[in-house]
Amino acid sequence: MKPARFDYERPADIRGALSLLGADGAAAKVLAGGQSLGPMLNLRLVQPELLIDVTRIGDLKRIEDRADAIVVGACVTHADIEDGRVPDVTRGALPGVARNIAYRAVRNRGTLGGSLVHADPAGDWLSALAAIGAEAMIVGPSARRTVPVEDLMLGVFDVSLEPSELLEAIRIPRLSASARWGFYKVSRKTGEFAHAIGAILDDPDRGVCRAVIGAIDAKPIVLSDARPLFGGGQSAERAGSFRPGLADELLQRAGITDPIARQIHIVALRRAVIQASSR
Amino acid sequence: MGSQGVGASVRRKEDDRFLRGKGQFIADLRLAGMKDVAFLRSPVAHARILGVTIPDECRSAVFAAADLEGVKPIRAVSGLPGFKVSEQPVLAQGKVRHVGELVAMCLAPTRAEAEDLAGAVSLELEELPAVHDMLAALQPGTALLHEHWGDNIFLETFVDVNIEAALDAPIKVTREIRTARQCMAPMEGRGAVAVWDHRLGQLTLYTSAQMPHINRTGLSECLGLDHGQVRVVAPDVGGGFGYKGILLAEEVCLAWLAMRCGHPVRWIEDRREHLTAGSNCREHHYIITGYADRDGTLRGIDCEATVDSGAYSAYPFSACLEAAQVASILPGPYDFPSYRCRTYSAATNKCPILPYRGVARTGVCFALELVIDAIAREAGLEPAEVRRKNLVRPEQMPFDNITKKHFDSGDYPESLRRAVAAIDLAGVRERQRRGEPDGRRIGVGMAVYCEQAAHGTSVYAGWGIPMVPGYEQATARVTPDGGLELRVGIQSHGQSLETTLAQVANEILGIDIQKVKVVHGDTEYTPYSTGTWGSRCMVMAGGAVAKATEEIAGRLRAIGANLLQAEAAEVTLEEGHVVGPKAAVSIAEIARTWYLRPQDLPYGVHTGGLEATVGYRPERDSGTFSYAAHAALVAVDAEMGDVEILDYVIVEDGGKLINPMVVDGQIYGGLAQGIGTALYEEMPFDASGQPLASTFGDYLLPGPTEVPAPRLDHMETLSPYTVFGQKGIGEGGAIAPPAAIANAVNDALRGIAVEITQSPITPRRVLEAIHGSRAREQARASAGAAS
Repeated sequence: MKPARFDYERPADIRGALSLLGADGAAAKVLAGGQSLGPMLNLRLVQPELLIDVTRIGDLKRIEDRADAIVVGACVTHADIEDGRVPDVTRGALPGVARNIAYRAVRNRGTLGGSLVHADPAGDWLSALAAIGAEAMIVGPSARRTVPVEDLMLGVFDVSLEPSELLEAIRIPRLSASARWGFYKVSRKTGEFAHAIGAILDDPDRGVCRAVIGAIDAKPIVLSDARPLFGGGQSAERAGSFRPGLADELLQRAGITDPIARQIHIVALRRAVIQASSR
Repeated sequence: MGSQGVGASVRRKEDDRFLRGKGQFIADLRLAGMKDVAFLRSPVAHARILGVTIPDECRSAVFAAADLEGVKPIRAVSGLPGFKVSEQPVLAQGKVRHVGELVAMCLAPTRAEAEDLAGAVSLELEELPAVHDMLAALQPGTALLHEHWGDNIFLETFVDVNIEAALDAPIKVTREIRTARQCMAPMEGRGAVAVWDHRLGQLTLYTSAQMPHINRTGLSECLGLDHGQVRVVAPDVGGGFGYKGILLAEEVCLAWLAMRCGHPVRWIEDRREHLTAGSNCREHHYIITGYADRDGTLRGIDCEATVDSGAYSAYPFSACLEAAQVASILPGPYDFPSYRCRTYSAATNKCPILPYRGVARTGVCFALELVIDAIAREAGLEPAEVRRKNLVRPEQMPFDNITKKHFDSGDYPESLRRAVAAIDLAGVRERQRRGEPDGRRIGVGMAVYCEQAAHGTSVYAGWGIPMVPGYEQATARVTPDGGLELRVGIQSHGQSLETTLAQVANEILGIDIQKVKVVHGDTEYTPYSTGTWGSRCMVMAGGAVAKATEEIAGRLRAIGANLLQAEAAEVTLEEGHVVGPKAAVSIAEIARTWYLRPQDLPYGVHTGGLEATVGYRPERDSGTFSYAAHAALVAVDAEMGDVEILDYVIVEDGGKLINPMVVDGQIYGGLAQGIGTALYEEMPFDASGQPLASTFGDYLLPGPTEVPAPRLDHMETLSPYTVFGQKGIGEGGAIAPPAAIANAVNDALRGIAVEITQSPITPRRVLEAIHGSRAREQARASAGAAS
């Protein structure tokens, strides 16, 4: 369980990283916290020729506090968010998610960007950031572009990044004072990857009501308008109006044929709704 | 005395180095010129080997079966009639019989480069149908692992004690019960460093092992070496649990290589090797019937049990110890008149089954205690009442049970009574009637077991395996400064024996435990011993240390009396001094005189001096029987299938406790593993025999947040057969939790007619059982409507 041979570079800035990627991005892997890539290298599941370590790039740890959002560099760690080193614009939502990711040792090193780009459907950030309406900010050799987090992931371990591109930052919207948030993760033990995630953001002052059914062995199911889950009303204020049948339909449409798996996902979402409406 | 002796909860001597990170484990060893080994392992469960092609450029660094000329296969034969022998080649020959079986050994300056070599070797295999399930293994027409056997059965056993008499019992419950295949997962995996010493003409094998003398015997046999040419050293060992009591093919390969390559060689097991290729245990299947009267009196137990023994018979315990043990220990702590049991040790395309903490007892306790609860439900009785009615009573002790196990002492019903009180059974029943505010269902479950430990010659001679324990020896040596060295052939890897054996010596000699050095785990320095297994060390090595230090005490009195100018009969040994009628002399002064100033002693005072090796066997070596009653309170989330342990009580009797704090630690650790068996740990295989949980991401172990702080209560009924009345307790904590927790889950779900009979109790199994019960209910309702 030791990696196959690879070369290693640690560029000082984004331009340096992009030029290394540009040379032959397909044979390179970007290393941030290494909490998933490390084991995959050791198991020889990935055998890149070049490892580009981006953890020395200051711009990837930058935090920009804007009026309507906060922009967080891709190399910010889960612990940075957990401990409040990143100003919280989500009224406790994201620090709460960070606190329950894996174990503290993983959170100390694992990064927001690494987690998104790794695109493990069982990862927390993919579902949480999709629910909160965050955007991925991508930099390439000639241009920058921004995509909603839910559009970054194409499938399991597959993202819509070109081999020459780098995830630079994540833009997280500032929630209004009346926003309600629920996030329910199902795992069999502390620190384990999720078997199901239900997430809901209800922010009527901004006209936002979003929900996510995550950890389904595929892209998470994202409802950018989740009001139909509650009979189409203005908001998800009352947990009692939750319609499990609709969630079940969505899961079936996503190809989940096992009724027990669907039950777990539906209950997780319902419990997220209960959390949100009791806040 | 007393503050450090038997019964004192002194702090562990070994913790100073461990807590400072100064322990010396296998991977900490650095020998000049050492190179690393990686193994090429079989990627499939069952295949004929058509070719192993080693590229020319690495021919000198890769070794396959054909290279290992003269190396004998590992053979662990049982003397039980009908046992079929498997020969495990140390590198596969002809066929591979499980995923992970060694095919080639690759040597390089680093492990990563050795793995590169393994990747460069090509294997040509003709796949054969895999036997991935023990019940399928027994069916005629199934593929055969060892063709010349004619079937896949290592051993079949059968016992019938008047089962006829039970058949008319008014209550009869039958259950099919299964326990998952597990891995032992000690913190430190296995690993070995081998080096040949030309001066001594000796191979030294450093290995993470709990039975170094047995490894030495096994190695000598496989390699055709004299024992004198082999030294086995087990340095600090990070947990064993049975996995490190096995002679590994890897060890034989490394030893062979070290004798030829001229430098030390090392192999460190990685976690994937451990999970997929090394440490399987626990997989049992039972069809079990309990017969009882309406008042809960047990009339008999009838059982057919199968153990998935894997592909080969592991050395020295063999492939049949586990299943044959099932037959002899299934009756547990109960007294009933009729019994029948048939067992099969099935050969499958999985790595060999190994004895794990509790060995067969964890599965047996699960099967029997689930049936006890099922009888209680059928009879409409409180399960604790059925247990109380059938437990062996204190006035029957010592008691020979239906399989001739000799229970030495104890008050089993009292342990149950205390557990019922501590878990507040009546309070739980009341709480169940009220219901939980969060909508979950709570339940209480219990399990009682007794555990044979330190069983010796009289028991193991009957099994006829390569290793039969006899007298356990210890060497005690007073040093010239009045300190003490103890040399014992066992190995301490979490049992705290560097502390507790020092406490035994302190009890006899009064020497401060900080001045007592316990030497263990090295065949060069210690008397032969079968090692650390079967919860035997405190009884056997503790007994041997007591006998050796008593011998030394006699000599100290003789020499001391001389120095005090008193008669030997006039002096006593107290608090590290020989005390005469008028004066006293310290052990240190006696030692200094004996070693350095012999002119102060008369000729012939005691020629043996201050060093003695003495052997010990209990008056009766059929084993001590510690026991415990476990009670669990759980909450079940019927929507998610999740089980939370709300409270856990253990009432335990280990006889005289040498160090109660150490005993508590053993129970905590065992409980954690028992909870793993109950709720988390499972190594599934697919139909082609592939193990599916190859990392800790998939093989779940309980962590600190999954293990509750149990409430412990100790009873101390002395064993009549041991030196201080102590009993072996090392395994007990891991035996009862799966049964107690499953019974608690079933108690929680009895209102919706759900009964779990398989471990681990995963959310999926709970939900499947609930869905199944609902479907049965609906079918019944619609059948009712139709009629």
